[in-house]
Amino acid sequence: MNFDFSDDQKQLRDQARKFLAEKCSPKAVRVVLDGKAPYDKELWKGLAEMGFLGVAIPEEFGGAGAGHLELCVIAEEMGRANAPVPFSSTVYLAAEALLIAGSDAQKKKWLPAIASGEAIGTLALFEGKGNPAPKNVKLTAANGVLNGVKKPVADGGIADFAVVAARTGSSGRENDISLFLVDLKAGGVEVNNLTNLDPTRGQAELTFKDCKAEPLGAAGEGWSILTQVLDRAAVLCAFEQVGGSDRALEMGRDYALDRIAFGRQIGSFQAVKHMLADMYVSATLARSNSYYGAWALSTNAAELPEAAAAARISATQAFQHCAKNNIQVHGGMGFTWEFDCHMYYRRANAMALGLGSLSYWEDQLIDRMRKKNAA
Amino acid sequence: MNFDDTPQEAEFRATARAWIGANAPKQYEEELRKSSLGRTVLKNANILEVAKAWQKKKADAGWACLHWPKEYGGRGSSPIERVIWQQEEGPFGQLSRMFIIGHGMCGPTMMAFAREEHKRTYLPPLASGEKVWCQLFSEPAGGSDVAGLRTRAEKDGDDWIINGQKIWTSGAHYSDYGILLTRTDPTVPKHKGLTMFFLDMKSPGVEVRPIKQASGASDFNEVYFTNVRIPDHQRLGEVGDGWNVSLTTLMNERSAIGAAVSTGFPELFEYCSSLMLDDGPAIEDRAVRSKLANWAVKASGLKYTSMRAISALSRGERPGPENSIGKLVAGSMIQDVATYALDLQGAAGVVSGEDAELAGRFQAMLLRAPGTRVEGGTDEIMRNIIAERVLGLPGDIRVDKDVPFNKIPTKGRG
Ligand SMILES: Cc1cc2nc3c(=O)[nH]c(=O)nc-3n(C[C@H](O)[C@H](O)[C@H](O)COP(=O)(O)OP(=O)(O)OC[C@H]3O[C@@H](n4cnc5c(N)ncnc54)[C@H](O)[C@@H]3O)c2cc1C
Repeated sequence: MNFDFSDDQKQLRDQARKFLAEKCSPKAVRVVLDGKAPYDKELWKGLAEMGFLGVAIPEEFGGAGAGHLELCVIAEEMGRANAPVPFSSTVYLAAEALLIAGSDAQKKKWLPAIASGEAIGTLALFEGKGNPAPKNVKLTAANGVLNGVKKPVADGGIADFAVVAARTGSSGRENDISLFLVDLKAGGVEVNNLTNLDPTRGQAELTFKDCKAEPLGAAGEGWSILTQVLDRAAVLCAFEQVGGSDRALEMGRDYALDRIAFGRQIGSFQAVKHMLADMYVSATLARSNSYYGAWALSTNAAELPEAAAAARISATQAFQHCAKNNIQVHGGMGFTWEFDCHMYYRRANAMALGLGSLSYWEDQLIDRMRKKNAA
Repeated sequence: MNFDDTPQEAEFRATARAWIGANAPKQYEEELRKSSLGRTVLKNANILEVAKAWQKKKADAGWACLHWPKEYGGRGSSPIERVIWQQEEGPFGQLSRMFIIGHGMCGPTMMAFAREEHKRTYLPPLASGEKVWCQLFSEPAGGSDVAGLRTRAEKDGDDWIINGQKIWTSGAHYSDYGILLTRTDPTVPKHKGLTMFFLDMKSPGVEVRPIKQASGASDFNEVYFTNVRIPDHQRLGEVGDGWNVSLTTLMNERSAIGAAVSTGFPELFEYCSSLMLDDGPAIEDRAVRSKLANWAVKASGLKYTSMRAISALSRGERPGPENSIGKLVAGSMIQDVATYALDLQGAAGVVSGEDAELAGRFQAMLLRAPGTRVEGGTDEIMRNIIAERVLGLPGDIRVDKDVPFNKIPTKGRG
């Protein structure tokens, strides 16, 4: 047994951390936060040059062909740096959907473009309130055209293409749902940017009006592909959340050592120490669950669905817990726009919803555990 | 990242499995599997005798205290082999519970500080379960603040004379030996005046009085010392260095990782999978599912945290203070899980013992849980350890740190 990343993978982590510390300072993140740019284009280009965008994309499609463990390592660093780029939508959602279900031609067209940073992709699944469920997909596909509204779509305002979940049948079951690839720059889609909790990663409303689309995967297979995509993205997002948790904990710890009140470092007050200890505990549990998810993802193990749900829940809770208590440790300063605490608080709470809410994943986990126990 | 055994590990596993299959006391397997967490009782047998017999059998075949050196009764195994053994031993591992303090803490302390001849004399029968050891640290005035203890040791020729009282001493009533922390110099600050010994629990002047616990069981004791003589060669470490010696003991307590911590979760999940509520199956209830999911990820988080620690151990890294999280998380979880299981039983949850649902499994868990959060360091002390030694935050202010022990004001208990 070796339940850890390899030395090479750890080296990759150091490399990514160093790169991001240089190219993605909190100051750089704020350019996007303050609305001065929709995302950090320079950083995006840099990530492509470093090979990070295509780290899990096979070489034949223009990627580095390293694998998913390497992608987990990068994801953690993206979360730690709070990177204001469409990494999760493009790399975890769009690229994974293509890898799972794309035709050779589709892969050849889009995967190299993702790896080189030329194409931003996303997944258009949600239609207003509610969690991932076949019944919540109302947008229709008929004769190769889509009609309907998707909202919120992560990075929908800057994406070049989208994987769109559409209804192709009327039985109300999973096999009514099919996936489509849509070139968002080709017309037929109206894009409307939405104000959102975390401006460092935009959200949009996409209105499809007789929009041309090509099928991704077989008709009626949409839901089963989506489930796989969401599971994989759950593990990858969990690593971003773990990175964010660690950074929030570190910020809180550093401030507790720095700030003096009542003639003492506030980190010497036990209430503060215990709050930070509890943050460490939840970050550690999340990390361990995520490692298991990484193992399942990288080996395509039968345990992946259960492992993904556990990683998702644990990492979501940890990031929310660390981000909110980081503000508490910082006191009034923590509640200012000037301090960086709120960027992690925003990201933590936005990420908690992006792949479906906690209650959705709780349901998934219990269903999957039951299935396993019954087997 | 992988869970696979290396060829040597696979071979070790197969050998262990075959031996356990051929030798374990199978007649108790079911009862051990279904027993309540933290409280193993056998209906028709004396558990101490069953445990000793199993331990002896293991020792004779070279399966006792796997990580100890062979000359002291162990097997010289790697940390991973120890974990593989625990996985294979399964419910029979519960029988080792009465040896945990001896094997996990007293033995390693003896190994680090006892004379060679004593190691060779005392360690093999400790490993084989023939002799049971206890840990005599806590006192009414010194629990979390163990350095506040008052049991005196005074030099008399080649012997030391011990007077005082210990409390909460687990297993003292069936122990043969104990390691004992005493005060040898009350005129220096508290951490500097301590000295460690080991002693024969049958020595004249040692009196063990069982204490009835809040749970109703009597696993721990008060131990009184009246002019008990301990020869100087049974001293562990230097005079006045007892605090350092005790730190070795406490560090070893943490390295008893790999022994998967019980959380109560598998029991609760199994229970909810078959339980019917007023509105249908419990497992289909939204609120129940949410609770279960939250505990599920805590339980799996602990499991994989210990696997990460084992991986680090197998690379030769030392177990660090970060391993304090196991007991911290599991302790309150087991309490919450038990409370919730009883809530699901409604008014009937109040019935305990054999008459209760599942023979009172969750009721027994509820009544044992408070002890888990106190023994071996309270939740608060665990949080202090994480905050100070993992996160590097300042130590608590200790007003008595530099004051001679006999000048520290005493008030309250003790
Ligand atoms: C089941 C069981 C088995 C045990 N077995 C043994 C044994 O075999 N051998 C042995 O030597 N001892 C044993 N003990 C004793 C155990 O180690 C102590 O009970 C424990 O360390 C707590 O000490 P205390 O009881 O004096 O509580 P106290 O130290 O008086 O604590 C009371 C409260 O104050 C809090 N507190 C104390 N200090 C601090 C601090 N610095 N910061 C914040 N909060 C603080 C505690 O967390 C607790 O909530 C056992 C205890 C139990 C319950």
